[in-house]
Amino acid sequence: MTGRTPALEVLTPGPLSTVQDLGRPGWAALGVGRSGAADRGALRLANRLVGNPEDAAAVETTLGGLGVLASVDLVVAVTGAAPPLRVGGRPRNTHAAVLVPAGERVELGTPATGLRSYLAVRGGLQVEPVLGSRSADLLSGLGPSPLRPGDRLPVGPPPAAPIPVVDVAAATAPTGDDVVVRAVAGPRADWFAATALGVLTTTRWRASGDSDRVGVRLEGGRLDRTRTDELPSEGMVPGALQVPPSGEPVLLLADAPSTGGYPVVAVLLAADVDRAAQLRPGQGLRIRLTEVS
Amino acid sequence: MGDEALLVDLDEGVSPAAFGAAIQAAGWASVVEVVPAAATVLVRTAPGADLPALTRLVTEHAAHVQEHGAATEEELLDVPVIYDGEDLAEVAELTGLSVGDVVAVHTGQVWTVAFCGFAPGFGYLRGEDDRLHVPRRSTPRTRVPAGAVALAGEFTGVYPRPSPGGWQLLGRTDLPVWDLARQPPALLRPGVRVRFVDVLQTS
Repeated sequence: MTGRTPALEVLTPGPLSTVQDLGRPGWAALGVGRSGAADRGALRLANRLVGNPEDAAAVETTLGGLGVLASVDLVVAVTGAAPPLRVGGRPRNTHAAVLVPAGERVELGTPATGLRSYLAVRGGLQVEPVLGSRSADLLSGLGPSPLRPGDRLPVGPPPAAPIPVVDVAAATAPTGDDVVVRAVAGPRADWFAATALGVLTTTRWRASGDSDRVGVRLEGGRLDRTRTDELPSEGMVPGALQVPPSGEPVLLLADAPSTGGYPVVAVLLAADVDRAAQLRPGQGLRIRLTEVS
Repeated sequence: MGDEALLVDLDEGVSPAAFGAAIQAAGWASVVEVVPAAATVLVRTAPGADLPALTRLVTEHAAHVQEHGAATEEELLDVPVIYDGEDLAEVAELTGLSVGDVVAVHTGQVWTVAFCGFAPGFGYLRGEDDRLHVPRRSTPRTRVPAGAVALAGEFTGVYPRPSPGGWQLLGRTDLPVWDLARQPPALLRPGVRVRFVDVLQTS
């Protein structure tokens, strides 16, 4: 027994690192968005790899650069965009459970492709929950602030579940190829010119550098509106393609507001939002329309 | 709306807050979140929910609510206001009322929270008539203080925390409309009725 409490100490947060779980559903009627991991599947996988419940809190880091120090022996896993990973200076596999001896550093380099990586730790991060979630909602300012050097993230007791016996999970990390997503037209496709859905599905959209956890601005085409009156505010969801007056759609992500006043031309299938959340600035996006079965 | 939500357009005269409350009260297992807005209700579902079946249920429910009306919130909340907002004179000019009449009209009617949005605990309140309908400011302020009481379009609202904002400022309240230590944290929830009280007038 060292007497130390289990924790990760933040050495370097990289461009942006936040604590995320699966968010705080149920509060949207009070103006609180769901928030949570932008790539929910990657967070779930990271948690499964260390035997946590899928909704345990972990670190979401954008474009790598995250360095943390383990206060005691800990087990971690990195998923999502796959950065070069080092533990105590030695290379380790992502998408696998990795032992971090007490006092050693976990360092995530910059992933070659993809945008967001997840660092889960067995026991989960035990920062103070807000409205039932430990997620940092950067739009509404709820939950823990983005990580800074010196932050100490308490780690909970190990869960009852063992660490699964897999060497490396058979998950595909995001590539740099064009991302293809499926979307359902509407609810406000009728606010646009008849050609708009054609433009939506034939344009090779590019993710703008002006993108964040709230949404990805898409460049490369214009969706012209035929109705120009103001849309009364209505509920929004991650995956919605909201079209501001510029005509260039914004693909809403985890920190989307609970309501918005721009018409939504189409909405991604929920299963495809994770891949959109891994779009790097400049990367291509293709949108295919589908029907809800 | 995608494969895990329905956006329900409501007929004029059906309150989204009341309809949303009715959907919530129905307690359907596949529904995870109900979001009333200005003229719609968003129903978010669990993955794999049968949206066509849910659409039928919601449509039947809408007919029922339309026929019988929905339960209305009984709560009437007094919000004390100091009417010293920077835009009082502009609102007077826009509405053709005197500054005194702007305050009298604002305090002289019952407002109802139609929905929340923009920020946690920011309620959009509708009044009983259109005398205070004013456009947003052409240039939004970069910082509006917490507690600012303001107007835009057909709505009035109270800024729950400092933020940028384009609404016309009438005054301020020291009533904390959003407090995470309170359950529920928002005072201005959909359906809550509000009376603004001019504290300098009544003291």
